[in-house]
Amino acid sequence: MQRDGSTLWDCASARAKAFALIAAVALGVFATLLIAAGKDPLKAYLDTLTYVFGNAYGFSELLVRMIPLMLTAVAAAAPARIGLINVGAEGQLYMGAWLATAGALALSNQPAFVLLPLLTVLGFVGGGVWALIAGALRALKLVNETISTLLLNYIAPLIVSYSIFGPWRSPESSSYPQSPAFAEAARLPTFFHSRVHLGVVFALVCLILYWLVMTRTRFGLEMRAIGGNPEAARRLGIPTIRYILIVMFAAGGAAGLAGMAEVAAIQGRLVAELSPGYGFIGFLVAWLAGTSASGIVTMSFLFALISSVGDILQITQGVPYAVVNILMAVILFVVLGRRPVGRAAR
Amino acid sequence: MNSALIVGVVASSIMSGTSLLYATLGEIFGERAGIVNLGLEGVMLIGAAGGFAATAMTGSPYLGIAAAALAGAAINLIFAYVVIARHANQLAAGLSLMFFGIGLSALIGRPFVGTLIAGLPRLSVPGLDPDGIGARLVSYDALVYLGAPVALFAWWLVFRTRWGLGLRTVGESPAAAFAAGLNPQRLQYQALTLAGALGGVAGAHISVALTLTWAEGMTAGRGFIAIALVIFAKWNPLWAIAGALLFGGAEGLQLQLQAAGADVSPFIMNMTPYLLTLLVLIAWGWSRGSAAPAALGRNFVGVE
Repeated sequence: MQRDGSTLWDCASARAKAFALIAAVALGVFATLLIAAGKDPLKAYLDTLTYVFGNAYGFSELLVRMIPLMLTAVAAAAPARIGLINVGAEGQLYMGAWLATAGALALSNQPAFVLLPLLTVLGFVGGGVWALIAGALRALKLVNETISTLLLNYIAPLIVSYSIFGPWRSPESSSYPQSPAFAEAARLPTFFHSRVHLGVVFALVCLILYWLVMTRTRFGLEMRAIGGNPEAARRLGIPTIRYILIVMFAAGGAAGLAGMAEVAAIQGRLVAELSPGYGFIGFLVAWLAGTSASGIVTMSFLFALISSVGDILQITQGVPYAVVNILMAVILFVVLGRRPVGRAAR
Repeated sequence: MNSALIVGVVASSIMSGTSLLYATLGEIFGERAGIVNLGLEGVMLIGAAGGFAATAMTGSPYLGIAAAALAGAAINLIFAYVVIARHANQLAAGLSLMFFGIGLSALIGRPFVGTLIAGLPRLSVPGLDPDGIGARLVSYDALVYLGAPVALFAWWLVFRTRWGLGLRTVGESPAAAFAAGLNPQRLQYQALTLAGALGGVAGAHISVALTLTWAEGMTAGRGFIAIALVIFAKWNPLWAIAGALLFGGAEGLQLQLQAAGADVSPFIMNMTPYLLTLLVLIAWGWSRGSAAPAALGRNFVGVE
């Protein structure tokens, strides 16, 4: 960052200025649209701040929301390092939740020390295998992974819906289909009398592992070599196909953990509407963070905050939650449009 | 299968295929100019919401379609600016456009949730009983009838005009196009404006001619199916007709089987369009005959 002689302070202040500009433009554009729709944006912004920073519970809810964002961001970031575009974390999250549910329902009488590690593995495998489909199709040079991961996103929630409307339908639920509740032993522990759950540890471990692998191992070095120039990497004897398969599996696994945590900690059962697009937001988080591990934490925090604006708008002003997507999109457009011309084409 | 079911399948294939056709044609223009737009889903949603709102307010479905085309073109221009003028990553910009479309369409559509509209009228065919089975087979709205001619026109535009030659040159090599005296960026803007208008019409056909209601996220991934259809059609507007009918057929069959009370989970049937898309792409991958524009997805940074 400071190789050109500028000090750390210059760098930080330039970043802060850029950040303030992006925030001002995005919040301004969003506010204008809300005013045009007859809503009160200022009240929504202030309500969000009081809700999130006003008490410990509000802040803990922000952390809860960061968990799936961090995990799905890792799912997008790791493949990006070898030049793959994984836009399928949404589907991978659903499949992780689905396989973990299968385990929780089949082995409901097992103790927690058996169940929890098992569900974690199942969640990882569920998401991993789903991503591996796209990875294998790419490795065989059959289908581009961007389009296959996008299509798989639409299939995974249908598998979940099929299961909870069919074989796993809870007998107690008539109007709102869902799976039977998980046994107490299959629930992820939570901390500090809030909904912050063990998933936060999964997310941090994944991020640390991701950082360690990328910066401290031969595997990470070879990943970066493939990302930099796949042809050169292949000629050097790096087994690119093996890397594609392993990285896609691990990435999907991270997203699958997010799904497993949603069912085992937040919902306590499998439901149809597991994710308000965490997988897609995770992709953008990873992209904005430049696939860096620390950047992913910051950007997840920011996007969790933005999605709280969506909740507040829905609760206090009757605006559909989906409207908050505008705010995310405007931020991205400003960031994309601001990048110095010529440097951005990655 | 009895004849009523067959007629139902054919009719609903054509109806669901129409919106896919317009969306695919639009994406073909963009990709021929070297730009992948993953935001097509968002453009379609805005077309669906904008078209529905305009129809409900003016009472005229034709004005609704026109409004959808304008809205689609306008929204796509945001993407065009970020990608063409600012050289932004096309995939990230496309996904941003998708988010923008999801959000803005929810905002536009909100006051119209639960509203019912008369919708785009089916044109009556002279000499046919309007309620009979024959009319069900051949009587559609104007956009359906226009589908094939528009595809033919798009083919002529891309392959038989000077403009189309320029467009394809930009998609293969913007630098070569520039050297030949063309303005690659202007051509890309034109292609994306056209793509946005067609995407808007595609979305509006769903809300104004098919469902006649507005629901959040109602395009349900058709934008992504259309992007896959471009690959299926090998970037050729005429092949897009076949692709749209095939995928419309998958949807139509599933709708008719559900209506007939077939004993298959609707969720399993809902998977067919996505699975079929994936299978077709795999089959195309085997055949290796790639017709993709060479500069697809790359940004033209200019020639200094």
